[in-house]
Amino acid sequence: MIQFPSPNKEIIDRRLDIIQDLAALLPGESLIHTKEELKAYDTDALTAYRRVPLAVALPTKTEEVAAVLAYCNRYGVKVVARGAGTSLAGGAIPQEDAIVVGLSKMSRLLDVNYRNRTARVQAGMTNLSISDAVGSDGFFYAPDPSSQLACSIGGNIGMNSGGAHCLKYGVTTNNLLGVKMVLIDGTVLDIGGEHLDAAGYDLLGLVCGSEGQLGIVTEATVRIVRAAEQVRAALMGFDSAEAAGAAVAEIIAAGIIPVALEYMDRTAIQISENYAKAGYPLDVEAMLIVEVEGTEEENDATLREIINSASKHGPRNVRVAQNSVERNAIWKGRKATFGATGRISDYICMDGTIPTTQLPYVLRRTSEIIASYGLRVANVFHAGDGNLHPLILFDINQPGEMEKAEAAGEELLKLCVEVGGCLTGEHGVGIEKRDLMHFQYSAVDLNQQMRARAAFDPAWLLNPAKVFPLTARIAA
Amino acid sequence: MNNFVIHRPSSEQDAAAIIGDAASRRVALRLEGGGTKSWIGRPVSAQTVLSSSGMSGITLYEPSELVVRALSGTPVEDIRALLARHGQELPFEPPSYEGLYGGRGGSTIGALAAMNLSGPRRISAGAARDCLLGIRFVNGRGEIVKTGGRVMKNVTGLDLVKLMAGSWGTLGFITEVAFKVLPRQRATATLRLVGLSDRGGVNVLTSAMGSPYDVSGAAHVPFSSRGNSETLIRIEGSAASVEARAERLRKVVAEFGSISVVDTEASLSIWTSVRELGPLQLRPDDVVWRLSVPPDRAVDVIETANVNNRTGARWFYDWSGGLLWLALPIQADVDSGPIRSAVGTFGGHATLFRAPEELRRQVPVFHPLSAPVMAITNNLKKAFDPSKILNPFLMYDRI
Repeated sequence: MIQFPSPNKEIIDRRLDIIQDLAALLPGESLIHTKEELKAYDTDALTAYRRVPLAVALPTKTEEVAAVLAYCNRYGVKVVARGAGTSLAGGAIPQEDAIVVGLSKMSRLLDVNYRNRTARVQAGMTNLSISDAVGSDGFFYAPDPSSQLACSIGGNIGMNSGGAHCLKYGVTTNNLLGVKMVLIDGTVLDIGGEHLDAAGYDLLGLVCGSEGQLGIVTEATVRIVRAAEQVRAALMGFDSAEAAGAAVAEIIAAGIIPVALEYMDRTAIQISENYAKAGYPLDVEAMLIVEVEGTEEENDATLREIINSASKHGPRNVRVAQNSVERNAIWKGRKATFGATGRISDYICMDGTIPTTQLPYVLRRTSEIIASYGLRVANVFHAGDGNLHPLILFDINQPGEMEKAEAAGEELLKLCVEVGGCLTGEHGVGIEKRDLMHFQYSAVDLNQQMRARAAFDPAWLLNPAKVFPLTARIAA
Repeated sequence: MNNFVIHRPSSEQDAAAIIGDAASRRVALRLEGGGTKSWIGRPVSAQTVLSSSGMSGITLYEPSELVVRALSGTPVEDIRALLARHGQELPFEPPSYEGLYGGRGGSTIGALAAMNLSGPRRISAGAARDCLLGIRFVNGRGEIVKTGGRVMKNVTGLDLVKLMAGSWGTLGFITEVAFKVLPRQRATATLRLVGLSDRGGVNVLTSAMGSPYDVSGAAHVPFSSRGNSETLIRIEGSAASVEARAERLRKVVAEFGSISVVDTEASLSIWTSVRELGPLQLRPDDVVWRLSVPPDRAVDVIETANVNNRTGARWFYDWSGGLLWLALPIQADVDSGPIRSAVGTFGGHATLFRAPEELRRQVPVFHPLSAPVMAITNNLKKAFDPSKILNPFLMYDRI
């Protein structure tokens, strides 16, 4: 079980005063404090863990965020920032002595500039709605986490979120040009803008992925991309995980970087197919989804090259989507896999990254580790960049099973680090991997990160129970 | 020459010991790679140099994983050559700026990371910092710190890789870097339009960038060696793909003027020249400014700063207008006021990229930061180098 710090009793005792003070800083309807309403904010997508916060503030503009943070700083109240609450790592789970600052009321598109290929948005805007807003002009916002319908750009910045199409377009940090951010003392910081490479130290790069520990982002300037003329997807089924893994290496070694290169194993295919009916092959051990984009001639040529490369590893079946309906079906199956898994079982989703040459070894060890706990696993992941997502299935009603799943997950993540990879590729550390950080980093490495953190929040008031092991805390 | 002490550690441990000792005695260190760009930044008054030249060598290269890792003193040229043998390259097209500082052939991979220098392809492939996967460095306490790793997706903890990139050696002495690599572009074509005004040229560039044809270079040169202005748009990829996209892109920009298409070989020399600031036709006594601005305001910046009316001034636009290079004769008005104030009006930042030492003492070399950003910058400096011994004052007054 993951530990939470014990709440500060003095703060809990002052709850009613704090609520009264916050009410004076926010418009009506922007402060949530009744027990029933607070329930809705007690967890995120890591639902096994819940803590009811002191109160929830839902500011409507940057100045209100600044006022709330300045107040919290003055009285030593902890703050947990929240976008849409879709973190799989527990990044937005509150604590009893903290207030939540939710950005859901700040969800407007502020400006689009097609000349500079930028969009300026409020942090609560959902990922997909940015693409929707510029889609009719042929543009889109590239990073596409599976939760893109719900997750907010502010949350994406907090976690440096990725997605299936990052192989070509990069993750959030590669698509972020500027932020407006409020520091814990209420100072408003403007970093970057519509130009490339902000002045001075790369604060933008440091803030992206800092999991709400450096400040609260209220606005962002993101890069938008002109969509290619045509996008094509294809499926390839293989008789073994090794063959599918070797095909991935073969494709990349041939000098082809598809826009996306996704892997699903037999269990994941079956779970997805039962629910989404995407027409996935059920007679294979592993399946690759590849996507290419460009002009029609270009895509024909690239797909031919990809299939040629893969054919050296004996695919059982190859299916190229002939139109956008077939392409959408392929992706619907992939993107629905997490949800479909949730309908048949409890699961935890791991997120380690490994060097892709280690793929066959790590897949074999994954099966062995999971079997040793008497559990099942569904593998679905971004094969092109080695970002694994083993879904460890368990039954929460069986005493001890969740602990077993967590222990198995921990072993898998250690395995990722051992082969030269990392604990988390795109979901973030949150509370989930906090206590594993010393497997990847030395005490000196972590101390340096914590000193950088303290340069922004010396008293550790912002999302303090996340990312760094609870036993180690370094102030400024 | 002054009596410099030069340390050339041969290992990370040696470097840590040297820095730890310097910190305890509060001895300032000037950090150096190949020493080809020691002209850059505010003058550092340190009698002791810490050079990475003793730490050279490629420590990992996995072509199928698209990653290369090397000790910081490894010449960029060595890495370029190794990658080329395997049909790969550093995606961000690293510049050497050899003509700018008079140094020759010794740029190191560590310095490239520390300065976050990127070439014309930055607009499509990202900057050096976007391709950096991991860094090992020694901080100002003499501690060896590892951040990031060798894999492309990694959000484990704070991203100190980005912070180190572009910190110009003021936060730590980089000892090893890992970069993402990509398959080398097989073919290149350049669309060239001649005789457009600055505004017309940048307009063509932003139109091309907004097309679906994956433009990887976009520059406007007001004064080419042939006399007229040239607007250059680059497309890269497989031969068939380049041909198809060049043809379609030609239609997109046809309304702006007559277009010639330049083949792969000639394209390579055009873009090498753009990357290495050839279009500035530098003279030995020119002062060079580098401006990062919103592309659609680039011409406004030039006009507002009155650069276009200065005698002997030359400039050109890269990154679709987002990167402006200016060369001004030293005799002319080199006051930074109009340039910095124009950038302040339209957004972005201006760096005094080359100037005599005296001028770099008088004029802030790096763009002045807002008070809150400066405060955080100071805190970060303290968090990495509390004794302020690493490249002291190279970037800002107290940094």
